[in-house]
Amino acid sequence: MKRFSCDEVVELVTVYLEGELDAPRGGRFEEHLGGCEGCERYLGQFRATIGALGELPPTALPGEARERLLAAFRDRGRP
Amino acid sequence: MSQLPDQEETIVEPFTGGRLPPDDVVVAALRAGDETMFAALLDTWSRGMLWLARSHVSTNDSAEEIVQDTWLAVIRGIEGFEGRSSVKTWVYRILVNTAKKRGVRENRTVPWSSVFEQERPTVDRSRFQGVDDPFPGHWKELPTAWPTPEGEVLASEVRGRIAAALAELPPRQRAVITLRDVEGCTSEEVCEILEISAANQRVLLHRARAAVRGRLEEYFETARRSA
Repeated sequence: MKRFSCDEVVELVTVYLEGELDAPRGGRFEEHLGGCEGCERYLGQFRATIGALGELPPTALPGEARERLLAAFRDRGRP
Repeated sequence: MSQLPDQEETIVEPFTGGRLPPDDVVVAALRAGDETMFAALLDTWSRGMLWLARSHVSTNDSAEEIVQDTWLAVIRGIEGFEGRSSVKTWVYRILVNTAKKRGVRENRTVPWSSVFEQERPTVDRSRFQGVDDPFPGHWKELPTAWPTPEGEVLASEVRGRIAAALAELPPRQRAVITLRDVEGCTSEEVCEILEISAANQRVLLHRARAAVRGRLEEYFETARRSA
């Protein structure tokens, strides 16, 4: 079976991380990674990017809007 | 993480994304008028909601109003919530509908139903060997290793770069990557919230992640050269 080239591997990273590559293609993907420092590094950087995105600090609503919504919640159901 | 034994303790925990209690607990608390729970939802989801709203309208003010209108609709609607979807999906669906109406009013609609993303590769072709090279399709030069972010300064610079990269993304890509990677939604939730197919979700997510990785690569490269 044809081996994946690096330019193919980089386009399959998300499908791979989602666990959506079928078994034969998943096997070829991992086989490529095992022998390719560049793609292994690319995958690592992709994972690091995803990790960093998950650590972005929350942006709260401006205090005023937040207070208004909390007040609306307190007053709910009242005439 | 140990399971907290009772509801009272659960609801005083400071919540972060994905650490909210199960839906039935959330819904019961909201119906009982538990303000701590409402504040927890507000603080956990408002960021993603602001980002998503911003994909539909042209100003931050409009986006904030959409988020506020959404929460008001949630307050009105919680009694009638039937649990056909998760609370999170329900809230985000209200947001998307509110944002769409607003977008139409502002004459700024984003073609959410279009399934065709550009087929352009996510990594520049010039990074790979051509047909006349010894190994066509393989890296010309390996991607440079990244430094492990050390210290608060670097970490905050990286965060700034990521925020800037997100802001540059096309709206649909930004919505998907925000929901998935920043807010921690599942792919099923994203498809339901944005009404897109799983395949389309994956393509948008991949393009967005590759773009953000590319921005970080540029940043580390510049930092390395000036070091």
